[in-house]
Amino acid sequence: MTEDRQTRRLVLRLCVLVVAMFGFGFALVPIYDVMCQAFGINGKTAGAYQGDQVQDAERQVRVQFLATNAADMVWTFGPQADEVTVHPGASTQMIFVAYNPTDKPMTAQAIPSVAPSKAAAYFHKTECFCFTQQVLQPGERIEMPVRFIVDRDLPADVRHLTLAYTLFDITARKPPVAQATP
Amino acid sequence: MSAVIDPHHAGHGLTDHHHGPAKGLMRWVLTTNHKDIGTMYLWFSFAMFLLGGSMAMVIRAELFQPGLQIVQPEFFNQMTTMHGLIMVFGAVMPAFVGLANWMVPMMIGAPDMALPRMNNFSFWLLPASFGLLVSTLFMEGGGPNFGWTFYAPLSTTYAPESVTFFIFAIHLLGISSIMGAINVVATILNLRAPGMTLMKMPLFVWTWLITGFLLIAVMPVLAGCVTMMLMDIHFGTSFFSAAGGGDPVLFQHVFWFFGHPEVYIMILPAFGAVSSIIPAFARKPLFGYTSMVYATASIAFLSFIVWAHHMFTVGIPLTGELFFMYATMLIAVPTGVKVFNWASTMWQGSMTFETPMLFSVAFVILFTIGGFSGLMLAIAPADFQYHDTYFVVAHFHYVLVPGAIFGIFASAYYWLPKWTGHMYDETLGKLHFWMSFVGMNLAFFPMHFVGLAGMPRRIPDYNMMFANFNMVSSIGAFMFGATQLLFLFIVIKCIRGGTPAAAKPWDGAEGLEWTVPSPAPYHTFSTPPDMATLEAHRTDPRHD
Repeated sequence: MTEDRQTRRLVLRLCVLVVAMFGFGFALVPIYDVMCQAFGINGKTAGAYQGDQVQDAERQVRVQFLATNAADMVWTFGPQADEVTVHPGASTQMIFVAYNPTDKPMTAQAIPSVAPSKAAAYFHKTECFCFTQQVLQPGERIEMPVRFIVDRDLPADVRHLTLAYTLFDITARKPPVAQATP
Repeated sequence: MSAVIDPHHAGHGLTDHHHGPAKGLMRWVLTTNHKDIGTMYLWFSFAMFLLGGSMAMVIRAELFQPGLQIVQPEFFNQMTTMHGLIMVFGAVMPAFVGLANWMVPMMIGAPDMALPRMNNFSFWLLPASFGLLVSTLFMEGGGPNFGWTFYAPLSTTYAPESVTFFIFAIHLLGISSIMGAINVVATILNLRAPGMTLMKMPLFVWTWLITGFLLIAVMPVLAGCVTMMLMDIHFGTSFFSAAGGGDPVLFQHVFWFFGHPEVYIMILPAFGAVSSIIPAFARKPLFGYTSMVYATASIAFLSFIVWAHHMFTVGIPLTGELFFMYATMLIAVPTGVKVFNWASTMWQGSMTFETPMLFSVAFVILFTIGGFSGLMLAIAPADFQYHDTYFVVAHFHYVLVPGAIFGIFASAYYWLPKWTGHMYDETLGKLHFWMSFVGMNLAFFPMHFVGLAGMPRRIPDYNMMFANFNMVSSIGAFMFGATQLLFLFIVIKCIRGGTPAAAKPWDGAEGLEWTVPSPAPYHTFSTPPDMATLEAHRTDPRHD
């Protein structure tokens, strides 16, 4: 019967649409990342920056630092200074200090975010502890550098920006390896 | 000519056509009859409406006075979450699928749905799904408590253990909705009687066709969304976990990509139903049929590009805020077309106000109020003030209660004579309407004011200054809730007896469903009606 065949074909097409939309849901993940990169949405910063800039001695930008622990994270974690004033184009370093007060080795991951979010695309990190995970032995203290350049093209109305790190405990996800026995 | 795909069942509709339904309980378990399945959907939806409603009663009882008196905040959170989930997925959506099951084949002259067995399966997934969902309330740690929008990480990292059951419940009801939608779309596109062209279809059929496509497009995204949650919780991925390089804001984008079309899924079929009811009681053909079709399609299209208006405050760039703000406001244009068309249909009509018409007129007025508060919320800079306050609660209850639910009530009263063969009790029907109307406005109108004054949603306690309005809201809610038991009584009374209904009990009614006797026989249109019948009964809503 032609009607049955017609229905079967239509249902098949609709099923393909269902599967495609299920896939689209997952495709939103990379699409979202690309969009964030392209438009500097959400304060997301890019990976390691390769490149050099000539510094703009005329202009000064205040960079503030924030360090937050995610829920259940017990390390002490903070920058050595709350704020620095930099010239766009100049490479600057800031040290963050982390300390593991527990009696267990732990792994942590810091996630950066820049506010205002439109400045995120102009904030380049040439070196950052957030590019890797940190493993701290019981009672260990570590100094972690971040080296950054504020882009010369930073919009003129941005006079200060904030670099915020949230430190997550990822011991369960990535158990500290080997050195566990001191 | 059978609609059944399975070759063994080909011709079933013809041979079986003199038989009534099977006897006993197994009739309902095994049925593939669109009317039986429609009935089950409608009863299931009503049961869920009462369950979700009783949760709303718990919420309003707690909010009757400031301070904590009846429930603990943990349980309050579970109530708000489950109320939302049950009303959206358990009450409103199945009610519309039930109406589609009953009415779509009868409106287009088809013998049954295109895929009757799948129809049975998609219904029976629902009790399983909601059984799973409701059972979480009795589990250690309680049920879902993260709001019906289940934002990560509340619903992943900080969720109660029962969240996995919640995820599977969403999967099941998603599969059910998708199968239901495929069925409706296949029925409408393939089983129309000869001569029933697309632009002759009643608007309820049109709105359901578009709703079907919306469901097929977004329910899989919801399934993907909860699957990502499942993977984050149990398989160590980090889609939404910042610790592993994911992003909780991504959750909101994925959710609202589903969520915004979803709100139109809950209203478009109601648009269709009142577009049949208003002409019937105004005794005038629907004004602007073609523009109604295009307006519905435009709303459906626009619903895909406005999702971030739910997220103005998460920190999207200015251009994004502007785009989503203007795109959202654009929806007012096709919606306005519809409202003006309904008003023009009533204009100079010979109107009478039987219960279906009362609900439909209230629908037009109150839905428009909900639309206006929606426009206010669409203004991005103002939204920062309204976000997550009771103003939002007032807004979406104004579009869902007098929108979706009044649309369902209007449809139920309009077609009850066709379903049961009896007229319902008009006096009680009117009482139901007025009690619902007053109760609903008392409950939700003051929420606008407390919301503008800054009362946050989803909190069991509030500042003293909101006390009076909240007490009024609670009294209205209790009134609205209690009145729905009257509706149950009216329906049961109508099923058990009453004035026998004529094949076409409403003078102004049009459409193929009124050409079959009341109650509608178990099998209708086993042979399709011919064009002559169609014309004789003036199904073309645009006739002159």
